[in-house]
Amino acid sequence: MKISREEVEHVARLARLALQPAELEALTEQMDAILGYVEKLNELDTEGIIPTAHAVPMENAFREDLVKPSIGIERAQQNAPSKDGSCFKVPKVIE
Amino acid sequence: MQLNKLTISQLRAKLIAGEVSSLELTRACLERIAATDDKLNAFITICETEALAAAEAADKRLAAGDAAPLTGIPLAVKDIFNVLDVRTTCGSKILDNYISPYDATVVAKLRAQGAVIIGKLNMDEFAMGSSNENSAAGSVKNPWDLQRVPGGSSGGSAAAVAAGQVLATLGTDTGGSIRQPASHCGVVGLKPTYGRISRYGVVAYASSLDQVGPLASNVEDCALLLGAVAGYDPADSTSVDTPVPDYLASLKDGVKGKKIGLPKEYFIEGLAAEVKQAVTAAIETYRQLGAEIVEVSLPHTDYAVACYYLIATAEASSNLARYDGVRFGVRKDNGDGLVGMYQHTRAAGFGDEVKRRIMLGTYALSSGYYDAYYLKAQKVRTLIRQDFLTAFEQVDLLLTPVAPTPAFKLGEKTGDPLQMYLSDIFTIPVNLAGTCGMSLPCGSSSDGLPIGVQLIGKPFAEAEMLQAAYAFEQATDFGGKFPPL
Repeated sequence: MKISREEVEHVARLARLALQPAELEALTEQMDAILGYVEKLNELDTEGIIPTAHAVPMENAFREDLVKPSIGIERAQQNAPSKDGSCFKVPKVIE
Repeated sequence: MQLNKLTISQLRAKLIAGEVSSLELTRACLERIAATDDKLNAFITICETEALAAAEAADKRLAAGDAAPLTGIPLAVKDIFNVLDVRTTCGSKILDNYISPYDATVVAKLRAQGAVIIGKLNMDEFAMGSSNENSAAGSVKNPWDLQRVPGGSSGGSAAAVAAGQVLATLGTDTGGSIRQPASHCGVVGLKPTYGRISRYGVVAYASSLDQVGPLASNVEDCALLLGAVAGYDPADSTSVDTPVPDYLASLKDGVKGKKIGLPKEYFIEGLAAEVKQAVTAAIETYRQLGAEIVEVSLPHTDYAVACYYLIATAEASSNLARYDGVRFGVRKDNGDGLVGMYQHTRAAGFGDEVKRRIMLGTYALSSGYYDAYYLKAQKVRTLIRQDFLTAFEQVDLLLTPVAPTPAFKLGEKTGDPLQMYLSDIFTIPVNLAGTCGMSLPCGSSSDGLPIGVQLIGKPFAEAEMLQAAYAFEQATDFGGKFPPL
C-alpha cells in the first residue's frame, strides 16, 4: 500500500474537508492506485536537474507601488455569505 | 440561409454591408440555443437581455462605420471567466450563487470590440476533467452522438461551436481542456503559449499550466479570436510582454519547405486504428502540400501524465484553499466553530473529482512527501520541456494525434480516474512544456465521430502553427460541418 486509511484521514484534515467514511474508503483505494502509477517518475535519474516551476523563463515582475482605483467595499462584499458593516462575518473564533 | 453556420469573416462582411444586423444574428443564435440546448446542456447561463442590448449597440456602431473585427458577433465563454454582474459557477456547487463583481481582461477586450456575449458555457468543475461529466450543472452531450461525451473540461465551449449555437467561444486548457473537446466535437481549438493571454479574472486551477484559448468552426475565426484577446496585461504578471502579430496576415502563406516532426512516442499501441489512419492521412496531405516530414523523439513522453497529476493537483490544492465560505460562495455552518465551517462548506460544495485532486495535491505537498512527489515532478517537467526545445531545433512544427480514441460513451470512464487521466496523454506534454498547440478536424470514425490532429508550435509561434492549420483546412474537407440535431 502506498497510502493508508489513517494517512488519508490526516490529509483530509489538512485540506479542510469533512469527508464521509465511504468517501475516505474510496479515496484510499483511488489515491493508492494513482500514487502507484506516479511511482514511475522514480525510473528517471533527476540528480542535478533544475526543477521547472514556470514553463516560460520569468523573472520577478516589479511595478511601481501606486494607489489605483479598486472595486470598493460594496462590490467586494456583494457575495459574502455573512457580513457586518464593512467586515466579513465568521463563526466565533475565540471563546 | 442559416446565419449561425457562416464564418465570422463572412458575417462581418454582411454586417458591414448592412445585409444583416447584429440583432438578427444574435436572435438566430438564441433561437438555435433554445432549439438544441435541452439535448446538449452546453450552457449554464444565457444572458439574453444583455446580449440583445449589446447587439443593438453593435448595430449602432456598425452604422456609424466604427466596426472592430468582432463588432456584433455572438460569442460565448466558458463559465470560468468573470463577466460583470453575471454568475460565475465554474461548474461547482460551491460557486452556485457567485455574481462576478468585475470583467476578466479577455471579456473586457471582447466587449471593447463590441462582441455580443451570449452566455456562459458548461464545463467540468473547476476545469478538472476530460469528459464534462464532473459538472454541478450536469453532463454536456456530444452534438455528433448524444450518448457520448464532448470531451472536457471545455466541453460546453466545443459543443456550442459544433452545434452552431454561437460563432466561436473561449475556453481554458491546463492539460488538453481546449484541444481534446475540440477534437471530439469536430471544431478547431487552440491553446496558446503560456503567457500569451491574460488570465486576470479567470478562475485558477493549476497556475503554472492554465492558459486561455479560442474555439471556432474554422482556422481563420480561431486566428481572429486569438488576436482579439492576446497580449500583455499589467493585471496579470505572468502574461508576457511580447508583441501580438497579425495572425491573419500570414495565414495563407502555406507550408512549402516547412519541417514537420512526428514524435515517434505518440504513435503507440493504445492509439485507435481509425485515429491512426486519419492522422496518417493528414501527414500525407502535408507531404503533398510541400512540407518535409521527419521523425523526431520526445523521449520523456511516457512520464508526462504522472508528472502532470502531481504538479496540477499540488497547485490546485493551493488555489482552491480560497473556497472556505468566508468571503463568497455557499457556506455550510453546522455550529462546529470556524474550522468546522470550513470543513463542511468544502465537503458539501466540491464534487468527487475536485476533492480527489485536492487530496492528492495536499498529500504531494505535505511534510515528508514534498521532495519525493512535487519536487521530483518539477524536475521531470524540466526533462519534458527540454525534449520539446531539442525537437524544435530540428523542425518547425510537430504533428500528433489529439486523443487516443474518438469521443467515448457517457459513464464509460467515470469509475476509473486513472483511465480518465490517461485520455489526456497526447495533450498534457504541451502544457508542461509551456508551448502552443491546436486541434483541427482530420477525419471521422465509422460511427461518424470527429477525429482531430494536433499541431504543436514553438513558443510564441502561434502564427506559424495557424498558417499550417489553414493550409490543411483548405486542402481538405473535414471541418466546418454541423451535426443533424
